[in-house]
Formats: sequence, C-alpha cells, structure tokens
Amino acid sequence: MTVADTIREKLTRAFSPAVLEIIDESHLHAGHVGARTEGESHFRVHMTSAAFDGVSRIERQRQVHKVLADELAGPIHALALKIDSA
Amino acid sequence: MTQAAVSADHPVFERIKSEIDEQDVVLFMKGTPVFPQCGFSAAVVQILSQMDVKFKGVNVLDDTDVREGIKHYSNWPTIPQLYVRGEFVGGCDIIREMFENGELQQFLVDKGIQQAS
Repeated sequence: MTVADTIREKLTRAFSPAVLEIIDESHLHAGHVGARTEGESHFRVHMTSAAFDGVSRIERQRQVHKVLADELAGPIHALALKIDSA
Repeated sequence: MTQAAVSADHPVFERIKSEIDEQDVVLFMKGTPVFPQCGFSAAVVQILSQMDVKFKGVNVLDDTDVREGIKHYSNWPTIPQLYVRGEFVGGCDIIREMFENGELQQFLVDKGIQQAS
C-alpha cells in the first residue's frame, strides 16, 4: 500500500470525511533534506468532516497528527493540512 | 503528570520555556529569519515580516534537544511553531490561514503586540 493510500484509509476510518483530497507534492521537494528518493514524503491534505464541528484549529490538526503518528514518524517529512468542519 | 515529572523527563523543557518567556513573539524554525532553511519556516517568517511583527527566531537545527523537545512541549510534531506571550498559536498552515482571513492581525492586537490599524 502506498503512503497516500494509508493516509486515505486512516483518515477515512477516523473522521468519515465528506471531502478528502490528498496531494503528493514530493516532486516539488525532490533532492532536498527529508525528501525520500522513492517519493511520497511531502503531502497536502484537504479534509472536510462534521467530526470537526466546534473543534479548534489546533485540536483538529492534533487529532490528524495522532491518527497519522506512525507515518509522521516514518515516511512523511511534511504534511500541510487544511481542515474544515462540514 | 506533575510539571516536575515532565521537566525530569525532558530537561530541555526548561530551556524552551525560558526562550518562550524571554520575548513576546517566538518562532521555532529551521534556519534563521534571515536565512530560513525550510519553505514552511520561510512562509511564517515572511508573514511576520510583512506584518512588521518583531519576533525571535529559534533555529532548531542548531540544537537536537530543542528540535525534539519542542515537539513534545507543544504536543505538535512539526516545525515551525509560533508562540505569542507564552501561548502556542500553531504551525505554518494555521498561521497562514489566520493571516489570510485577518485573524492573526486581530489576535496580535488582542495580545497587545500590535496596534489596531
């Protein structure tokens, strides 16, 4: 399973998002520190979910960081998040 | 967990806290404000500079303990991290979003960092 697939599966399971867009931006960072030669290191995620109603920006991101803790400690070098409530 | 226990686990917490207390606006970043070494850090530096906010940059690349410690201190796994008057405000995404919708300006006014325009 690719890193993007893992992100999609974990976020879907945790937040049942209405919108989930995962963009692999690794090619923009090829060759710099933290970029893996096999790619899939830099991601941008746009997600909309009712699960974030009434949840502060910081808490939204913390919840996502927690769900993706293994990936953040491993292949993911950078993760840009835009999280909206439904 | 008590504060003492936390400090014992992470001796670097005291150093981080003194950095945060030392100045009103502190940015933990990769590189320096003049020479950022990461696009996300550079983006926050640019926003703060554009707003004419005086801030202190702490280069986490200079100190592995701070680089790892700040992640636990803030419960936030990535750099950059912005602190205003001891309060964690967020990382690059949040700062950018707050800047774009005017919330950051209001927040800094509320905190007494900037004058209302």
